Amino acid sequence: MSVTTPTPAVESAGPPAPARAHWQHRLAERGVDRHLWLLTPALLFVVLLFLYPFFYGLGLSFQPTEGGPFSDYARFFGDAYQRDTIWTTLGLALPAALLNVVASVPIAYRMRGRFRGKRLVTILLVVPITLGTVLTAQGLLNFLGPTGWFNRVLTALHLTDEPIRLVHNYWGVFFSLVITGFPFAFLLVLSYLSGIDPTLERAAATLGAGWWQRFRMITLPLLMPGLATTFCLTFVLAFSVFPSAVLVGNPAGETRVISIAAYQAAYEQYDYPYASAIAMIMGLIELVVIAVVLFARTRFYTGSTGGKG
Amino acid sequence: MVTTTAATDTRRRIVARPAAWLVWGAVIFFFLNLLGVVGSVLVSSFGQRWFDTWFPDGYTTKWYGDAWTEFALLQVITVTLQVSLLVVGLSLLIGVPAAYVLARRSFPGKRAIYLVFLLPILMPPITYGIPLATVLYKFGFAGHLSGVVLANLVPSVPFVILTMTPFIEQIDPRIESAARMCGAGMRSVFLRVLAPLLLPGMLASAILVLVRTVGMFELTFLTAGPDSQTLVVALYYSMSAAGIRAQQSVDAMAVMYTAMMLVLLVIALRYVNPTQLVARVKEEPEP
Repeated sequence: MSVTTPTPAVESAGPPAPARAHWQHRLAERGVDRHLWLLTPALLFVVLLFLYPFFYGLGLSFQPTEGGPFSDYARFFGDAYQRDTIWTTLGLALPAALLNVVASVPIAYRMRGRFRGKRLVTILLVVPITLGTVLTAQGLLNFLGPTGWFNRVLTALHLTDEPIRLVHNYWGVFFSLVITGFPFAFLLVLSYLSGIDPTLERAAATLGAGWWQRFRMITLPLLMPGLATTFCLTFVLAFSVFPSAVLVGNPAGETRVISIAAYQAAYEQYDYPYASAIAMIMGLIELVVIAVVLFARTRFYTGSTGGKG
Repeated sequence: MVTTTAATDTRRRIVARPAAWLVWGAVIFFFLNLLGVVGSVLVSSFGQRWFDTWFPDGYTTKWYGDAWTEFALLQVITVTLQVSLLVVGLSLLIGVPAAYVLARRSFPGKRAIYLVFLLPILMPPITYGIPLATVLYKFGFAGHLSGVVLANLVPSVPFVILTMTPFIEQIDPRIESAARMCGAGMRSVFLRVLAPLLLPGMLASAILVLVRTVGMFELTFLTAGPDSQTLVVALYYSMSAAGIRAQQSVDAMAVMYTAMMLVLLVIALRYVNPTQLVARVKEEPEP
C-alpha cells in the first residue's frame, strides 16, 4: 500500500491521455497496479491444473455413460457395497485423527519446556512422516504379522497363546494411520503450545491454581483453536488413506475405503464419470467434516496468545 | 510446579510423578514400535531366510543386487530425481512471485485468491487427483514424465506460497522503497535486493517440496505410466504383487527408499525447523 509506483502511463502521459492515467491512478490507490502481474503464473497454474480439472470432473459426474444426470450419484448411494465405503472411511479416519490429537496434548504439554534431547525427539518424530504410508505398510506387514516381532514379544511375555491377527484387517490400517499421523499431530500441537505465553500460567500459579486448574482454565482454552486446525489437517491425511488400506488392510471387505472405490471405478472399470462422481462425494464429505470443526473453532477464543507465535 | 520450574531452570530435573512416567512410557512405546517397523524391514532385507524365528538364519547382501536389476531401479531413481527437481524448480518460479504479492499487497479479492491457493492442500490428493488424471489423459500428458510433474505441482505451488509468505513478511519494506528511490526498476529490485534476502527461505521451501515430492504417492500413482514411475510407486507395485518376487528383494528396495528419504531429511533439517516439515499453518495475522 505504502509504495505506489508510478505507472508507465503516468510517466509517458502527454496532454492527450489524462483520463487513462486517472483510472489507473484510482485503481492503484486501491492496491491494483502492475505488480499484480506477478500473480499471473500462479493464477494460471491454479486455474488450469486445479479449478479446470475440478469443474471438468464435476461436469463429467453429471454425464454418466447411461441414465440421467444424477444416475451415477444414485448408483453410488443405491449400492450398499459402495455406500458403506463412506462409513468405513469415517470409521477409520475419525477415531485415528481423534486419538492422534488427544494423545498429543499431554505429551506436548510435558515436552514444551526445554530439556536435553528435545531436538532429537522431534527429529525422530519427523522420520515416519517423511517415510510415508507405503513404507510404513511394508514395515507393519513384517512387524505385526503372525511371525513378526510384536507377536513374538507378546507370546514370550505369555500375554497371548497364539499370534493376534493385526494385519490384513481394520487394525493394520488403524496402526498405520497412527504411526504416520501421530507425529504430525504432535509436532503441530507442540508448536501451538510453545506459542502460548508461559507467564500466563505462572500468574495463575501465583494466585493458587493447581496444575489441573491451570491446564483447564488457561492453557486448554488458548490451545483449542490450534487443536481444531490440527484435527482438520490430521483428518485430511487419514481420510485419503489409500496405500495402507490396500496393503495392510483388507481392500475387498473391512477396509474398503472410499478412495479404493473411486480408484476401482477409474482404473479397473474405466468409468470416468462414475469415478468423478465418487471423488466429488468424497471431497464433499471431507469438506463437511472440516466445516463442522472450523465452525466449532469460531466459538473458541481466537485472539493473540501472547507468545512468540 | 514442575513445569514452571523446568521452564526457568536450564538444568534437567528428574521428575518422578506418575503422570510423567505415563507420558514418557507412551513415547517410548511409540518409538519402540517405530523401531520395530523400520528395523524389521532393514533386518529382513539382509536376511537369507527368515521364517519362524527371532532373526534370520544368515545374512547376505544379494537381495540388493537382485532388487536393483529386477525392478530396474537405476531408471526408477533417475525418474524420481528428474521429477522432484523439475517440480521444485517450477513451483519456486511460480510460487515465489505470487507469495510476494500476497504478502505485501492488499487488493480486492485477495482473500478469495488465498482460499483458492489453500484448497489443494486441504483436499485429499485422491479427490482432485482422479479428475486431474482424467484431464491429463485427455490432453496426452499422463503416462509420461510431464504428466507426473504437472500433477505434483498442484500441492507444491501452494506449499511454496505458504512457506515463503512469512519469509517475505520479515523483510522490511523500506529496503525496497530505498532501492526504488535510488532508481531501481522492478527487475533489479527483485534480482539484486529481494532474491539475496530471500535465498534462505527459498532454500527451505525447495527442500520441503523435494521431500514431499519424493514421498508423494497418490498423485504420481494416478498419472504415472510404466516408464515414469517414481520410487514410492514402484515400491507399491512390487508390494501389491507380493508372492511373485522374493519378500527380501522388496524389502531391499524399501530400504533404498528409506535411505534416500533419510539423506534428504538430514539435509532438510540443517535448514528448517522440524515443524515446518509437517505443515506451515497460517494463523490470523498479528494485529
